[in-house]
Amino acid sequence: MMWNELLIRYGELSLKGRNRNVFIRRLKKNMKSALHGLDSVIIKDERDRMFLTADNPKDMAEVMERLPKIFGIHSFSPVVKCEPTLEAIYETALEAVGLEETEGKSFKVEIRRTDKSFPYVTNELQQKIGAHVLKNYPELHVKMKKPDILLHVDIRRHVALLTSKVYPGAGGMPVGSSGKSLLMLSGGIDSPVAGYMMMKRGVEIHAIHFESPPFTSELAKQKVMDLAEKLSAFGTSVRLHVIPFTEIQQVIANKIPDGESMTTTRRLMMQIADRVREEIGALGIVSGESLGQVASQTLQSLTAINEVTSTPVLRPLIALDKIEIIEIAKQIDTYEISIRPYEDCCTIFTPARPKTKPKLKRVKHFESFTDFEPMIEEAIQERRIYKLPRIEEDMFTDLL
Amino acid sequence: MIYLDNSATTAPKEEVLNSFVEVNKRFFANPASLHVAGREAETLLEKSREQILNLTQVSVGTVIYTSGGTEANNLAVIGFARKYQNRGNHILTTKIEHPSVLEAVKQLEREGFIVEYLSVNKDGVISIDELKEKLREDTVVVSIMHVNNEIGAIQPIEDCGKVIRKKSRAIFHVDAVQSFGKLPLILSGNGPDAITISGHKIHGLKGSGALITKKLVNPSSINYGGGQEQGLRNGTVSVPNAVALARAVRLATENRKTVIFERWRQRLIEHIEQSSDVLVLAKETAAPHILSIAFAHIKGEVAINYFQKNGILVSTSSACSSKSEEVSHVIEAIQLEDKYKHGVIRVSFAENNTNDEVVRFEKVFTNFVNLLKRGRSHDVE
Repeated sequence: MMWNELLIRYGELSLKGRNRNVFIRRLKKNMKSALHGLDSVIIKDERDRMFLTADNPKDMAEVMERLPKIFGIHSFSPVVKCEPTLEAIYETALEAVGLEETEGKSFKVEIRRTDKSFPYVTNELQQKIGAHVLKNYPELHVKMKKPDILLHVDIRRHVALLTSKVYPGAGGMPVGSSGKSLLMLSGGIDSPVAGYMMMKRGVEIHAIHFESPPFTSELAKQKVMDLAEKLSAFGTSVRLHVIPFTEIQQVIANKIPDGESMTTTRRLMMQIADRVREEIGALGIVSGESLGQVASQTLQSLTAINEVTSTPVLRPLIALDKIEIIEIAKQIDTYEISIRPYEDCCTIFTPARPKTKPKLKRVKHFESFTDFEPMIEEAIQERRIYKLPRIEEDMFTDLL
Repeated sequence: MIYLDNSATTAPKEEVLNSFVEVNKRFFANPASLHVAGREAETLLEKSREQILNLTQVSVGTVIYTSGGTEANNLAVIGFARKYQNRGNHILTTKIEHPSVLEAVKQLEREGFIVEYLSVNKDGVISIDELKEKLREDTVVVSIMHVNNEIGAIQPIEDCGKVIRKKSRAIFHVDAVQSFGKLPLILSGNGPDAITISGHKIHGLKGSGALITKKLVNPSSINYGGGQEQGLRNGTVSVPNAVALARAVRLATENRKTVIFERWRQRLIEHIEQSSDVLVLAKETAAPHILSIAFAHIKGEVAINYFQKNGILVSTSSACSSKSEEVSHVIEAIQLEDKYKHGVIRVSFAENNTNDEVVRFEKVFTNFVNLLKRGRSHDVE
């Protein structure tokens, strides 16, 4: 069966009130960016759905692969068109149902008759088409509520549109429709998942990463870039800010007692992140913290770390189990990257016994002997920014 | 010498050889190593994987590099059957598959799987109705070749896909060794779940090949080792082979010469059919680059020797089995008339063949047929 058109249903968007057009525009923009390179694709938006056409079957195949990742789409269906005559609809209905597995499935015909001059009324049509399908697929049975196969027939003046197969979309909100936030991206399993979950709620993500060369390798940075690139597949491009953190870590190791050094490290990271956030006009900081996983993720610890800023720190994973987080990481294809075995800046200077219940007063007391401000300023100045996905100059072109 | 045995193997291209040599020099590190050189080799390996996926229009999938078509076919048939045996133990394939599939299903039979074979008509094509009939709820693997290596018959892969999807949960594997780069084959939609390709059939190198799968299906590994290729094919990956394969795939896709092959094929068919006692096998159903000719009452070997003496290299129906005396299983399967059975030769084109070579073949063919006529009147072989 040949079809070259998709019907796209909006996610929660259809619940939105007056600013829905803003959301729809954003979705369309994200789709265009996600489907770049597919020249024959045309997107038409309507009030409560979109139509996507692609004349080139190769492009359509590619669309089917990329579309399920784009947030803001509830579901999509291939549309089959035919002449608005009963015979043509009969024939096309059989083909459309044939796209589905029919063995032991229930089905229902749903009619939308925009063209009121069509010679049969809705009920009559429903019965006629239903009977015709049943005659040809005797293994089907009719069910009015929640059928497995819903054959939708939309009869318009010059054309009839049939859809049966429904593919689930990614759901959520179009990325960018809820503003911008800065993600603290460590290279572990959790932070990319946190970024993904915020993107699902429509938040555009920039990322910040702390590196400690020469203790951490280029490979560790590469890993973080690969993670950021994975995230970029769910929405718009991602900018990654890489902060040189070696000097600060060495100063902390020298000046702050072991028990408090971890808390101070986190507090300084948070301060740096907050300044970068402000500079890029983001509204929040996203972190992959989950309660109770490690020493820095107790409520006492979080309180001490959070004390440096009044910016909202969004922690979408706070109540999830590690197993749940790993499951999502596998789903979004970041898990395999996250478990690459390179040291990151959080593991090299780890004290033997970090305090799980640090006292803020003590932490501030030890910090007060050092002026971290110039170091923070320098680290921010020295940061490098990468835009992902990379369009890299290629050292392999002569080989492939 | 005019080389018309391209279904047996093709001449490697200069560019492909260059890639192989250069990668051996510049990126010899083990792609599993953690250091920079290893990482570079790994990146290059992944790039070539990506390129193959793009060129085969599989945007989400896996390329498992193997030592060639045989290993990829083995891996698919055995690996999928073992991996998904919870779905059943019934396997469907055709009577005319390459031995790397037929021998693999025999091994599975020994392990307790039940194997059924689809028959083919005289043109070497299976029947969708028979496929429909033989598909069962517990069918776990269906393996059907796209283009037959001996007579060139093309199978209706998309129709097969539709029926298989509709009637079973079987993994659909297609041996595309002979068709890849010559005919389009799309994995999305009703396309197969996995295809086999081989480097040396597309002007690449012997010892390189791949099983390309859709993301959601992967076979169990059939060898054991250090977890390379995501544990699907163990053993240090040959990055030079992989890159050379990716390059061969690109060149094959870019230089597809289907129309020219078809023109040569039609021209030769017209010419051949002027003679009596000669048949073109799978005349209407074969791929453009394969022409299978059967002479009555003589051995294929005789024809091959004659052509060789006159500067043209062709082969009996399949290079793999050309040294054995038996009639090939493909020729048996199409139920060729007895007098033709031993006289089958295969002519196969590649993009480096020329029009002049085809004309030359015509002349030699005519001389040969005339000689046979004279010979026959004296009853000589």
